[in-house]
Amino acid sequence: MSSIVTETAGLAGTRTGARRSSLWRDTFAKLKKNKVAMCGLVFLVIMFLFCFIGPFFSPYASGKVNTVMINKPPSMAHWLGTDNLGRDILTRLMQAGRISLTVGLAAMLLSVFIGSVLGVVAGYYRGVVDQIVMRFADILMTIPGLPLLFIIGAILSEWKVPTDYRIYIVMLMLSLIGWPELARLVRSQILSLREREFMQATESLGLRDHRKLFFHLLPNTIPILIVVATLRVGGAILSESVLSYLGLGVVPPTPTWGNMIDAANTLIDFQKRPWLWIPPGFAIFATVISINLLGDGLRDALDPKMKR
Amino acid sequence: MTNALLTIDHLQTHFFTPSGVVKAVNDISLRVREGETVCIVGESGCGKSVTAMSVLGLVAEPQGKVVGGDIRFDGVDLLQLSPLEKQQLRGNDIAMIFQEPMSSLNPVLTIGEQIMEPLWEHLLLSKKEARAKAIELISLVGIPRPEEIMNAYPHQLSGGMLQRIMIAIAISCNPRLLIADEPTTALDVTIQAQILDLLREIKETYNTAILLITHDLGVVAEMADYVVVMYAGKVIEEGPVLELFSNPRHPYTRGLLQAKPVIGQRKKRLNSIPGQVPNLIGLADSCYFHDRCESCMSVCRLKQPELKQIDDGHRVACWLYEEESGLA
Repeated sequence: MSSIVTETAGLAGTRTGARRSSLWRDTFAKLKKNKVAMCGLVFLVIMFLFCFIGPFFSPYASGKVNTVMINKPPSMAHWLGTDNLGRDILTRLMQAGRISLTVGLAAMLLSVFIGSVLGVVAGYYRGVVDQIVMRFADILMTIPGLPLLFIIGAILSEWKVPTDYRIYIVMLMLSLIGWPELARLVRSQILSLREREFMQATESLGLRDHRKLFFHLLPNTIPILIVVATLRVGGAILSESVLSYLGLGVVPPTPTWGNMIDAANTLIDFQKRPWLWIPPGFAIFATVISINLLGDGLRDALDPKMKR
Repeated sequence: MTNALLTIDHLQTHFFTPSGVVKAVNDISLRVREGETVCIVGESGCGKSVTAMSVLGLVAEPQGKVVGGDIRFDGVDLLQLSPLEKQQLRGNDIAMIFQEPMSSLNPVLTIGEQIMEPLWEHLLLSKKEARAKAIELISLVGIPRPEEIMNAYPHQLSGGMLQRIMIAIAISCNPRLLIADEPTTALDVTIQAQILDLLREIKETYNTAILLITHDLGVVAEMADYVVVMYAGKVIEEGPVLELFSNPRHPYTRGLLQAKPVIGQRKKRLNSIPGQVPNLIGLADSCYFHDRCESCMSVCRLKQPELKQIDDGHRVACWLYEEESGLA
């Protein structure tokens, strides 16, 4: 009985071993050697745990107003102090992190999705489809991103969009300005991949187009997509923070790191109560730096020419 | 004689380049009967591969275009098919094996995924059935441990194994015609022999017709029933393999056969045909081989010879034999 168990376990082990002995394993092995990138990864994991699990350990409810404890500096009860409504900054920081990280990830996923689908289609079919998609992308890229976001944000404020929905709209806005660059990148990859011999082989096998596009071509662009997508998350978090700081993104009472720094706008808060704006500022700074370090590490790890 | 499975009549495939029209395939006719192996032989750039590509409709548009002639497969005109009908035919009735097994498989997909694809696509098998069939195919082409190979990536296998996988993919839907474009060029000699054996086995078991494209006369001698010799986009000689090897008529074919190394004969240098294949742009209306031909005559520089029957099934395009028949 026990021998059978060990045998099947051994078989399962070799099988997964054979399957994973591919790109991902190599990449992770190389990434592990890159200390700086690993620091980034570890910090990101901690940040995620802090934001998504942390609030469960906090004795304070996130939006709970406490009129007695207004603008108190850090103490044993409130590790990072309280804000002008007596809310615990630490708890709020975690809640804000949830929103900021989610917005960053979602905006990235959405722009990667739109960008890669349009890029693959444009690169494969070329001709008219390519012209339409890429000219549209060009138009979006010629308009500077931030002013465009300001305009959309201002329109949203004008239309009095409910605050709950604003998170989703911010995600859409960010992916709207994010996809053209990705579409370009994917398209350029596809243009060279489609001329490769294995694509001729799929042609001679009579495979249908959607299979060629999404089963044969797209997986070949995944390494580069991963790098760009990782860096993109950092960019999206930053843009979201800028928008929210200016009151055009996610607006209070929903906390984000960006609108928490808004406190720095008041001179007295800025000068006398640094615990209001230093923690969210540090959170943004450290998260974005970690993401960029990880992205650079991934780029090195996925680049076959970088042999060390 | 069984019916012709593939009939190519006066096929002309041209490439329109900035420096002029390249007549890569210039008026070619050939037939492949069911269960027969036809070899197309010729040097690089003589239009062998383009002929094969034209059959499958894979000539790179818009530079390349089939401008004349017709290709019939089992009575169906391939040039008139809609893209969808072509798609259903490719891989299913006509399959192709490429020259470079290393670059003909997608590097990021496992072998299993790539073998199962045409099975899903054409035979509409379920995942489970396709997997079983794929494992069967891998062992059929003589690769041990098929279950492990299913999960391997192309870079983990050797060139010979990959070519076997390519063959497995090609025969997965039991095609009636297999086009092999220099299937052994990228492989070393022992593997070459194994691959040819495998192809012959497939031909015998499934009665698959094979259109084999090669520049290796050894391969031709081993595989072919019928040989077509091409030069500069034209057929210059064709005939049954024994007849052609024992009694080559065209000076080019003779040159090719003399250039072949013979086991047991030591030579300082192998014979070669002097000169180069002519530039296919703007060819004059002469015999394309005239400036390399040992027995070039004045008529060769002025007019193009036509492919004429000289013996039973042996046809040649050369003024030497026109004259002969004219005299007789």
